[in-house]
Order: sequence, then structure tokens, then C-alpha cells
Amino acid sequence: MGSQSFSDALGVDYGALAPLLIVLGGACVSVLLEAVLPRVRRRSVQLVFSLAVVVVALAAVIIRATSGAGDVVVLAGSLSVDAPGLFLWGTLLALAVPSVLMLADRSVEPGGVFVADPEALAEAQERVGAGSLRSTSSGLPSGTGTDTHGVVGRRGGAGPEPTTPPEMHTEIFPFVLFALGGMLAFSAANDLLTMFVALEVLSLPLYLLCGLARRRRLLSQEAAVKYFLLGAFASAFFLYGVALLYGYAGSVRLADIAASAAGPLRSDALLFAGLALLVVGLMFKASVGPFHTWTPDVYQGAPTPVTAFMAACTKVAAFGAILRVFTVAFGTTALEWRGVLWAVAIASMVIGTVLGITQTDLKRMVAYSSVAHAGFILIGCLAITPAGLSGTLFYLLAYGFTTIAILGLVSLVRSGDGEAGHLSGYAGLAQRSPVVAAALSFCLLALAGVPLTSGFTAKFAVFSAGLADGMAPLVIVGLVCSAIAAFFYLRVIVLMYFSDPAPDGPTVSLPGPMTTVAITLGVAVTLLLGVLPTAALEWAGAGTFLG
Amino acid sequence: MSSELLSQLPPVAPASGAGSAAWILVALPALGAAVLFLGGRRTDRWGHLLGTATVLLSFVYGVVLFFSALALPGEERVRDLPLYEWFASGSLSVEFGLRLDPLSLTFVLLITGVGSLIHIYSVGYMAHDENRRKFFAMLNLFVASMLVLVLGNGFLTLYLGWEGVGLASYLLIGFYVQRPLAASAAKKAFLMNRVGDVGLALAIFILFAQLGTTQYTEVFARIGELSPGAVTAVALLLLLGACGKSGQFPLQAWLPDAMEGPTPVSALIHAATMVTAGVYLVARSHPIYDLTPTGQLVVTIVGAVTLLIGAIVGCAYDDIKKVLAYSTVSQIGYMMLAVGLGPIGYAAGLAHLLTHGFFKAGLFLGAGSVMHGMADETDMRRFGGLWRHMPITFATFTLGYLALIGFPFLSGFYSKDLIIEAALGGSPVRGWLLGGAALLAAGLTSFYMTRLMLMTFFGPERWRSLTPRSAPWDPSLESEAAPQHPEPGHGSPEHYHPHESPPSMTVPMIVLAIGSVGAGAFLVIGERLGGWLEPSIGPVREVEEAVIPTGLVPGIASVLMLLGAGIAYLTVGRRPVPVERPQRVSLPVRAARADLYANTINEKAIARPGIWLSRALVYVDNRGVDGAVNGTAALLGGASGRARRTQTGFVRSYALTMLGGSLVLVAALLAVALP
Repeated sequence: MGSQSFSDALGVDYGALAPLLIVLGGACVSVLLEAVLPRVRRRSVQLVFSLAVVVVALAAVIIRATSGAGDVVVLAGSLSVDAPGLFLWGTLLALAVPSVLMLADRSVEPGGVFVADPEALAEAQERVGAGSLRSTSSGLPSGTGTDTHGVVGRRGGAGPEPTTPPEMHTEIFPFVLFALGGMLAFSAANDLLTMFVALEVLSLPLYLLCGLARRRRLLSQEAAVKYFLLGAFASAFFLYGVALLYGYAGSVRLADIAASAAGPLRSDALLFAGLALLVVGLMFKASVGPFHTWTPDVYQGAPTPVTAFMAACTKVAAFGAILRVFTVAFGTTALEWRGVLWAVAIASMVIGTVLGITQTDLKRMVAYSSVAHAGFILIGCLAITPAGLSGTLFYLLAYGFTTIAILGLVSLVRSGDGEAGHLSGYAGLAQRSPVVAAALSFCLLALAGVPLTSGFTAKFAVFSAGLADGMAPLVIVGLVCSAIAAFFYLRVIVLMYFSDPAPDGPTVSLPGPMTTVAITLGVAVTLLLGVLPTAALEWAGAGTFLG
Repeated sequence: MSSELLSQLPPVAPASGAGSAAWILVALPALGAAVLFLGGRRTDRWGHLLGTATVLLSFVYGVVLFFSALALPGEERVRDLPLYEWFASGSLSVEFGLRLDPLSLTFVLLITGVGSLIHIYSVGYMAHDENRRKFFAMLNLFVASMLVLVLGNGFLTLYLGWEGVGLASYLLIGFYVQRPLAASAAKKAFLMNRVGDVGLALAIFILFAQLGTTQYTEVFARIGELSPGAVTAVALLLLLGACGKSGQFPLQAWLPDAMEGPTPVSALIHAATMVTAGVYLVARSHPIYDLTPTGQLVVTIVGAVTLLIGAIVGCAYDDIKKVLAYSTVSQIGYMMLAVGLGPIGYAAGLAHLLTHGFFKAGLFLGAGSVMHGMADETDMRRFGGLWRHMPITFATFTLGYLALIGFPFLSGFYSKDLIIEAALGGSPVRGWLLGGAALLAAGLTSFYMTRLMLMTFFGPERWRSLTPRSAPWDPSLESEAAPQHPEPGHGSPEHYHPHESPPSMTVPMIVLAIGSVGAGAFLVIGERLGGWLEPSIGPVREVEEAVIPTGLVPGIASVLMLLGAGIAYLTVGRRPVPVERPQRVSLPVRAARADLYANTINEKAIARPGIWLSRALVYVDNRGVDGAVNGTAALLGGASGRARRTQTGFVRSYALTMLGGSLVLVAALLAVALP
């Protein structure tokens, strides 16, 4: 697919692009809605609209995947809509449904999890009094100064009622749609520049979302700044890598890089230095150790629904891009660079596991667990075989839903002023809320990889692919790390079931319908993929990347 | 090689009749566990009865299955019951199912039979525990998982059960959460089991990667396709799994600590059933071991080393449950040795497994009964003369004791002799070493068990003249039995009111005692067990060229048994037993008291480096380990103050870590790629 004729490039295959166009178009409309609608109706309209966009896009993916339309490269070779790409899109959109539901929920945290503090409330009262309609597009927060943007509506009208918590930002809905559009483009990008643009499109809204927590504002803002600074740092690596690879191949198309590597004229220093820098940028987004440093702080600081969205969707998009880069651009030179990335995978598994043991905050534990899982997923990516590809795709689907369910459950356990993240708050949870404790235990067992959960199927698929491709040492490390990691998952379960609750310990909120649906979806998929994984595995193995 | 092997394997028929609903065996206790776990406090009043009933029903159904299998001709007794195809996608295809054959049915009877007795016993034993419902829920979970383990028709199904029993064992060891020792024992058991689990998982992955399947039928039929090296690797990895679960050398150290759990758990899980899973695994995988003499040799060595370690350490302990635990380690060593010997030993090992299930479970229940009467005391130095206070316990315990030491014509006599005879075969060097170890340990077994009997049931009633324990027991002097009951008056004579246990406890003990007496003769004479198991493990092969004539073995073993008992009588029975443990003892005793330094080695070789690694990683990761969130004030305190203290990491140091990683990555890629 190295060269595509100009006329092909002009004809745009809208059918193939439909999901991406729906999401990005929906994001633009969502911004307009923000400008046009009166404040009291924004939340409900935005919620329904965003959900509709995601569901329609998901339907478009399913129609495309079942229509047998075949793999195509569109937009002058910048995006590739192929079978694995469609699986990634489907996964992203499917994960976006519970994420949006959780983001919009205001039953757990009155008024919603996003921004509101006394100053914002006072400011809001002034502005509401002045009756101004604020244009959102001009007021995008800059990542840190969100205190001054805490414009809020009031539930049930404009009358000031000090007891009712103020409504949350509704700008989060376009943010999420833009981030989602960036993720879709990121996982389908067929050249490095498109990939870079998509990376920025997906990252910027996420930086903002991280800083918008209603509770623990400083923690949230600190997380946002850290994520932004380190993200910028990683983007620079990525871009430098792109430059070196362009210098090497004379093109940013993935397939062209592979073609150049096969040619006689080779300057390996450019190729491998470029690969290394590119990989750093990608690994950062996927929170693979040792490029994971942002993960615990951001997971902990961000509003929990945002953490869920990031933990599930960003991981899918980033590993989708990693898979595509490894397979399409560097598949032919894999033997030379693979050994080095073995070390990265081992480092990630060991770091995530060992540091996970020492955590006392559940969200941080999930963060380190995600670092360890990133190492496991990397094993599948490094096996550049169809089995490795399908195993990795399946893993991403399974991991995403389990993580969303866990974080949804975490958001329910609350002490006086917000979530009770500390492990001690989970002592005796089973006595307070048997259902929450049972669901959380099940999801933790899935992360530990116990049979009959999706986690086991996923590990089984990835590890057996790795072993078949001659990566026995990696698989051994993976197994040892899963064995150790099971310890800290089990510790939480023991704490919930066998300790007595502290008298002044946290309470379990009764979730509203939206969070309930999100959690139920996550738990159900975790069980389904553990018990009846065949259909998903088949879809994941339906095809290979198109260069 | 494979075709030759294929001819040895029995044909596998689909299950029909009563066998086609064999999943009920597992479903009953699983249902019990689910109801008890999810039902919450509502089930407190009748939960224990439900738990007991489900296991009893499983047992009844197991008996039905057993007799329906007996009615079949030998070559039709191996039956498969596919339950559902778990996944099938491209190269991956795995199904879950059950295998009903003599081997699995034997285990089903053992698990549900002994399990039922111990459930009944627990009704009385746990009567005053407020967490009795949870206890029964976990026991049911254990029984269900153990049945999955032995009934699975492939390694993956086995693994499912394997993880399940590990989980149940972990939870039950730590059942007394308020005791720090129980928590650390549970942790230790969990970690050492995980080491074994990794081995098992890796073996399964190798089989799957090489053969594309994990079903027994296909794996055993095609195992010859693997290179000899791969077969040996699989065999050794399976052995690692077996060592973890069965408390075999070098992973034996968790089992004695596991006695922190309630005594019925020690009897069921850590004596009769779960810890024999390793023996089951090796016997089940016999087509793999038959192909690799190296693998078999390692199994026998592990078995021989373990049976000696267990017997030696057992001589030095004063805690009644720990002595029994080391005895279990040692006896499972015998079984492991036997199944490592190949076709001449499989039946012997399994026979010993069954008889051991009876007498060891009985001994543990007896120990539990003693503890029940003695205010949960486990230190034998504080017992003495109990035989007149608890006659039924004494009688049943004595029968179990005689069976264990191999007193002629009791259970252990037959099954242990079979193993010793098998071990004496083969080349002279091997025969002398393995057989010698087995004989020596028989003498040692007799010594430590006689010592236990004398200290517990005979001699003066030392508990009548005790002074209350003054200082807390220093755990560095003795790793066992720290004071668990800090209430005042403990340790004084008024505290002990030895009495016989209620019938719900004594009846199971009596039943098990009958088994301890008769099971050996029933199973071994006329090779009844060997014949029954033949479809699963092949015909029993006779011992050839034994270094000691087979006919002499019972005599020699009996002499050693009497010798051990006699020495115990001379050193323990005829002298007063000091209530406080003597500290000035000879070097061998000191070594044995320190578990032959197994814990020290684990600590130095594994735990320390692990701690260093995590510290180093934490250091590299540039952050204190959430040091700020220890206090409740910090936990519940306001947003900003906590935020500052929680996130102590600086962006600059994070960036530095990333930069370092990137530089290393670039350098490594360039170094590897450029010649």
C-alpha cells in the first residue's frame, strides 16, 4: 500500500470514516449546544446528545464491521480503516458509553463530580443574576485556572438556594467527545503526523478534565498540571522521533518506513533512534513503566469518572497505536529491536507489581496495577503474530470494562468530604454493602486473572501468544508478576470481608441509575468475556493491519 | 514413543447415566457457599446446617457414581463429560469438562466423605464462634473447588480448582483475623503457593503452546510429540506446582504455619485433601512423568528429602498441631516418593494418601478435641494425663496414632510398607538411598508420635500445677504457639477443665478411627485399590531387584517402629517433662526447632532481596510510599492539606525518570541495532 493514486485520495470513503466523523461532528455540535441552550437544560440535552453520538458511532462501526466492506486506507493514506482498527473503534466507543454515564452522574456526588467550590458558587450567583449566557468556546480553561471558570447552573431554576449544590460544568461533554474523536483517529492513524495530531486532540481535553474535580480541588489541579507538563514532554519525544524517521524514510507513512527498512540504503542510527523516541511518546500515553510516573498522581487526583475514562479508553487508543506502529512500520525489523522492548515490558511489569504492593490508596493501587497490566499487554504487542494481535485486542477490551467497573465502585465509597480512597476505608465493606463488596471483589479477581473472569482469558491469550513467539522469559516474568500482584488485589477482598468496619468509617452511596448501569455493564462484560469469550476473540482475530 | 504410549492409555468414553449429571457434585457445595456468602446474617441460624447438608448430598451422589462405575467393565470406566466449550477462536480452543474415572472418583469419595465428617465436627467445634456462617461458606467453597480440581478433564479445569482451593485455604488460615500470627501465616501460605502456581501455569502454557490443547485425553495421547527436554521441563514445572500445594521441599515452610487456622481446617485442608493435590497432579500426569526419568527422579528426591525433613523437625516441636503438621509434610513426602517411582509406586502412593486421609484427619480432630477441652492450649508440655478425662478422644487418637506409625495390621502398616518396598527397588544406590530414607523416617515417625502421645495423654497432669505465664512468650525462642489468649488467669490451673467433647465432635472421630484401622487392609490386600485404579494409572508393576527382599520389609519396618517408640518412652515417658521449654539443647535439636532453618533461608534468600527490590524501586520512583496517609486525621482531613502531603512527587523528578528511561532506551536500541 506504499503508493496510492491521487484520484483515490480525492474520493473520500465516508462509509469507512463515518464513526470518526460522527464523533468529531458531534463534538462540534455539542460546543454549539453549549452556546445556544439555556443553562438549566444544558446538562440533560448534552447528556442525551453525547450518548446518542457515541451509540450511533458504535452502530456505524458494527455496521461497517459486519458489512464485509473490506479494509481501506482513506484520506490520502492518513487513516487506515481495517479489521483491528474497527475492533479498536468498537472497543473505544463501547467503553465510552459507561464513561459518559459516570461523568454525567450526580447521584453519588450531589451536583456532579465536576467543579464547584464556594468562590465559583458566589461568582455563579453574580453571573446568573446578570442573566448572561456565556460562550464556552472562548472560555476554555487553561488547565490550572479552573477556579475562575466555575460557572455553574442551579438545579431547578435560577433562584439562589444555598442548600442545593450547584450544577457542574456541562463543557465536559464536548471535551469527552473531542478526546474520544482523537482516540479514534489515534488508533487508526496510518502516518505519523496524523498520529501526532490525534495525540494532541485526545490529550488536551483530558488535561482539562483532570483538573475539574469538585472535591479536593488542589489535588485535581496538581494532577492536571503534572499530566499536562509531562504530556508535553512526551509529545516532544514523539515529535522528535517522527522527525528522525522522516529523515530516514523520506515519508511519515508507516508502510513507507517499513519499505525503506527493507531497502538497501539503511542508516540504522536514524531508524532506531527514531523508533526509540517514538516509542517513548506512545508508552507515556499507555503508562508503560518507566514512563508511567504521571499515572498514580493523575489517577488519584482526577475526578474518578475521568480516571475511568482515561484508564480504559486512553489505554486502548495508545496500545492500538503501538500495535499499528510495531506491526506496520517496524514489523520487518522486529528481530533487531524487540529485545530492548522486552526489557521495557519487564520493567513495567515489575514496577507496577512491586509498587502496587506498597500502595494504601485504592486509586493509586489501580494506577500501579494499570502499569503492570501495560507490561502484560506489551507482551502481546511484541509478539508480532496474528495470535498476539488478537490477544492484545481482547485484553484491551476486557481490561477496559473491568477498570471502569472498579473505578465506578470506588466512587461509591465515600467519607465525609468525598471518596474514601484509603484502603482502611474498605474494612468491613461487605457488612455495609454486600453488593458493592461482591462486585468489587469480582472485578479485583478479574484483574488478578482468576479463571472464569475476563482477566484470565485475556492473560491466557496474550501469554500463550507470547510463548508461541519465543518469548518465554517475558511470559515467566509475567506469570510471576501476576502471582505477586494477586496478593494486593486479594488484600482488598480480605479487608472488605474479614475486617470489622470502623465506627466512623466511610459510607456507601446508593448510586443513581447512570452509575448503576455503568458498573453493571462493566461487571457483566467482565463475566461474559470470562465465561463465553469466543465471539469477542473471533472478532479480535478477524484480520490484520492494513499498511 | 507416542504410539506405544497411546496403546497404554485407556479409551475415553462419553459419560452417560448417573455420570452425565456429575456436575451436581460440584454444584451442591458451590451453591451452599453462594447462599451463605450472599445471604448475609439472615443465614446465621441455619447456615451451618445447609453447608453440611450440601457436602453430605455430594457424598451420597459420589457413592452412587462410584457404584455405577463399579458396574461398568474396566475399559469403560474412564468417562468424559464435556460441560461447555469455553472458547474456540482460531488457534485457541479450550473446553471445560469433567473426567469421571477411578482416580477422580476415589478423590471425590475422600473429599466429600472426610469433608462431611469434618463439617459435622465443625458444627460442634465452631458452635460459639460468631463467624460460624462465614466459616462454613468457606469450607463449602473449598469442597467445591477441590472437586473441580480432581474432576476436571483438562489442566485448565484443574487450574480453576487449584486457584479456588488456594483462595479458600488462604482465607481459612487467616480465619482468626484478630491474631497477627494467623494473618502472617495466611500471607506466607499464599506467597509460597503462588510460587508453585506459577510453575503449574507455566507448564500449562507450554503444553498449550506446543500441543494447542490442555485436555488430558489429547495431551496424554500426543505428549510424545514434544522434545524430551520439553517433556522434562513440563514435568518439573508441574512438580513445582505440586510442591507448593503439598508443602514439599523446598516450599514446605508454609504448612506448619497454616495450623493457625481453625483445627477442622487443619484436618480437612491441610492434612486430608488439599495438600494431597500435588500427589494427585503427579499421578494424573503419569503419562508425562513416564516419559521422563529425570522428572521422576526429581520427584522421588523431593519426596525423600521432604519426608526426612518433616520427620526430623516433628521430633522437636512441642505444639501438638505443629507436630501433626510436620508429620503431614513427612507423610506426603512418602506419597510423593511413591508416585515418583512410576508404575510400581502409583497405587502405593494413592493407597497411602487414602489411609493417611483417614488417620491424619482423625488425629487432627483429636487434637482439636484436646484443645477444645483445654481452653485452646496447644503446648504439649502443659498437657499430661489427659486419657482419663477424655476417653473417647484418647481411644480414637490412639488408633490414629497406631495407624500412622505403621503398627502391624492397621492402615498405615499396609500402605507405608508398599511405599518402602517400592522405594527399595531399582539400582542399588537408589534403592538404598530412597528406601533407607523411607525406613529411617518410619522410625522417626514412631518416635515423635510416641512422644506426642506420652506428653499429651500420659504422665502426671502437669496442667494442674502450672504457674500463670508471666512474660509474653518470646517468639524468637520458639516460633510456635505464642499466647493467643491474653485474658487474665490464662495458664493457671483453674483455667483448664479437661472434658470430653460433644457427640457432634466425637462421632466423626470414631468414624475416622474405624477407617484408620481397617482402610489399609481393605485397600491393599488383594490389590483392591490397584485393580480399581488400573484404568486411570495403568497396571501395578511388581518391584524388581529390591536391595532388601520384599518379604523382610514389614519386619524391618516394625522393628524400627518399636525402636522409635522405645526411645521415645525412655527419653520422654520415664522422665518428668519440664513445663517450660529447655533452652540449653544440643545442636541437632536446635536445628530441628528452627525448622532446619527453612524459614531463615527463605528470609535471607527471598524475602530480603524482595524487600530490597521494592525499596529500590520506590526510591527510583521518587516517592515516599504514601507516608502521609497513615493517620486518620490525614485520611479524613480537609482537601488541600491532605492533597499537598499525598502528592509529594515533583514533576521535575518524574520528568527526570522519563528522560533517564528514554536515554537508556535510545542507547540500548542503538547498541543492539548497530554492530
